[in-house]
Amino acid sequence: MTTSGQVRSGAIQVIGEVIGQRRAGEYHVLTLTAGGIPELTRPGHFVALAVGGPESSMLLRRAFSIYSVQSRGVYGGTLEIVFASHGKGTEWLARLHRHDQVDIVGPLGRPFALPKEPVSCVLVAGGYGSAPMFSLADALRARGCRVDVVLGASTETKLFGVLDAKRIAATLTLTTDDGSVGEHGRVTDVLPAVLERTDADVVYACGPMPMLREVAKVAADHGAYSQCAVEEAMACGIGVCMTCVLPVVGDDGVTRMLRSCVDGPVFRGDRVRWDEVGTIPEGTLGAPVSGGH
Amino acid sequence: MTRAVITHGPRPDKVTDLPDIDMSTWLAGLELPSPVLTASGCAAAGRELDQFFDITTIGAVVTKSIMLNPRSGRPTPRMAETPSGMLNSIGLQGPGIDAFLEKDLEWLRARGARAVVSIAGGSVDEYTRLASKLRHVTDVAAIEVNISCPNVEDRGQVFACDPVAAAEVITAVRRNTNPGTPVLAKLSPDVTDIVAIARSVVDAGADGLSMINTLLGMVIDTDTMRPALAGITGGLSGPAVRPVAVRCVYQVHAALPDVPILGMGGIRTGLDALEFVLAGASAVSVGTVIFHDPSAPARVARELAVALAERGFHSLEQAVGHAHRAPDPAPAPGGPVSGHGRDVDPHEPDTAVESGVEG
Repeated sequence: MTTSGQVRSGAIQVIGEVIGQRRAGEYHVLTLTAGGIPELTRPGHFVALAVGGPESSMLLRRAFSIYSVQSRGVYGGTLEIVFASHGKGTEWLARLHRHDQVDIVGPLGRPFALPKEPVSCVLVAGGYGSAPMFSLADALRARGCRVDVVLGASTETKLFGVLDAKRIAATLTLTTDDGSVGEHGRVTDVLPAVLERTDADVVYACGPMPMLREVAKVAADHGAYSQCAVEEAMACGIGVCMTCVLPVVGDDGVTRMLRSCVDGPVFRGDRVRWDEVGTIPEGTLGAPVSGGH
Repeated sequence: MTRAVITHGPRPDKVTDLPDIDMSTWLAGLELPSPVLTASGCAAAGRELDQFFDITTIGAVVTKSIMLNPRSGRPTPRMAETPSGMLNSIGLQGPGIDAFLEKDLEWLRARGARAVVSIAGGSVDEYTRLASKLRHVTDVAAIEVNISCPNVEDRGQVFACDPVAAAEVITAVRRNTNPGTPVLAKLSPDVTDIVAIARSVVDAGADGLSMINTLLGMVIDTDTMRPALAGITGGLSGPAVRPVAVRCVYQVHAALPDVPILGMGGIRTGLDALEFVLAGASAVSVGTVIFHDPSAPARVARELAVALAERGFHSLEQAVGHAHRAPDPAPAPGGPVSGHGRDVDPHEPDTAVESGVEG
């Protein structure tokens, strides 16, 4: 599809080996060797894992944000992903043991854009959407940016990375839908006050689509620039299957169905037509004039 | 560019050393150095896959079906995973022929990759105009005509399911295409008699046949209790459809042995590709498995070469349609009668075929 983007070369396919797996609340953290991928990874990149082994009946790759990378160490380059075991593919991943092999493709996608100036940044995440936020925070702080973090989830055990966030954030605000920890409510309930208090210039967000939609609105209301990493279902992760599209307005004002995997997963919050995700909005380039296709 | 090719599949130990075997093939007058191509709609226009293997080494990139005008495709969700397969309902999203020629085909040309351009239309006129646009473009190795599209002039009846409508499209495309450029008709398996459709498009001027396209399928999400795809139905692909595809290739090759076939449908390994070749395909396309393994086209080509050599073939060409030949005489006691002098795995159940290789 015509996009402003170029396909960046540099993704590689490797057989990784499981170093370890641990639980974090209701999530799993999987550590894998991934020769070559960690060195190329920037905050916001993701990896696509084949699941089920060489004879798997599950053909589609599963995409995961990269939580952390280690370019050198005892095992060479390693990376960590976070997932919830809620389907056949992630159940298979949850059963992996040390030394098991996993086919990994990465790093994929367009990473977060980083500000050139030492501005004030607020990082917002829902559930394990926080996974890419900690390496992002490190990169921002290395540029002299102020970093404040807002993490939300339905309940305490579905928050991910609270300790990491305490380490890196100037301030940390937690929300839970059930009030089990932090503020009772959603991230967008507390976000306006955080943006006000920190005089935020940029909001970075990752989480479910409805959360991103609201975060993008709140950011725009406060005159902040927003960078949203979407979680969209993908088959390949590399830009060839065309299943992970969403409507995004380009520099020319034209809406196109862009691929989350290569044009994203990070999009400018003011460019995604959030209310129309899952549809072909009227006026989209090539939208059907009549009937289905 | 960084490129890492990994090998997995049935015989990773044997694919590193490539056997000395002639893998070149003729497909409807087109000579290809390798019989393994990509399948339309599974490789975009090749650029993304070039990260994972050298796209110039495969037979050709069959590009995603292009239409006359830009096309948004259907709403999401567009796919659902199924056992050993997937259902897709993309709706032919694409930039339109002009942008395709300017960007995608130009990239393939500059990269030095062979391009088979897949075209799709909603009317005979649209196919005609697409063919006319391509007529003056060099570097089109062949045209594959995706006729599994609803005919807007006939209540959405799919061209590929009607021998007359299918023939009309192929006649129009053949008439408006350079005589030297092969035209392949891509057939749908969702028909009562695929041989009848094949005869019809060959009579209309198709130089070869691509088969098969996806099978129409449907998944209902048992949580929402509604269709899983926004488009309700979708095309089923992947290893789940392979036996259907092999059957189609076999039947059509039996009926029309002189018509070149590009075989596809669920190829995952070199042995899968070999099934299509034995059934009568002169070349194969690798599609859905690319989503699982982006290096698959290069890997399948290597595995196919090994599989052919193990069976005593000296060239791909010798194996085309082999399954139609009379069974080989029983091997002499003590081993295969073959004098080809190749190593044969004694545990391979198919070793006896070696004795029957012509050449």
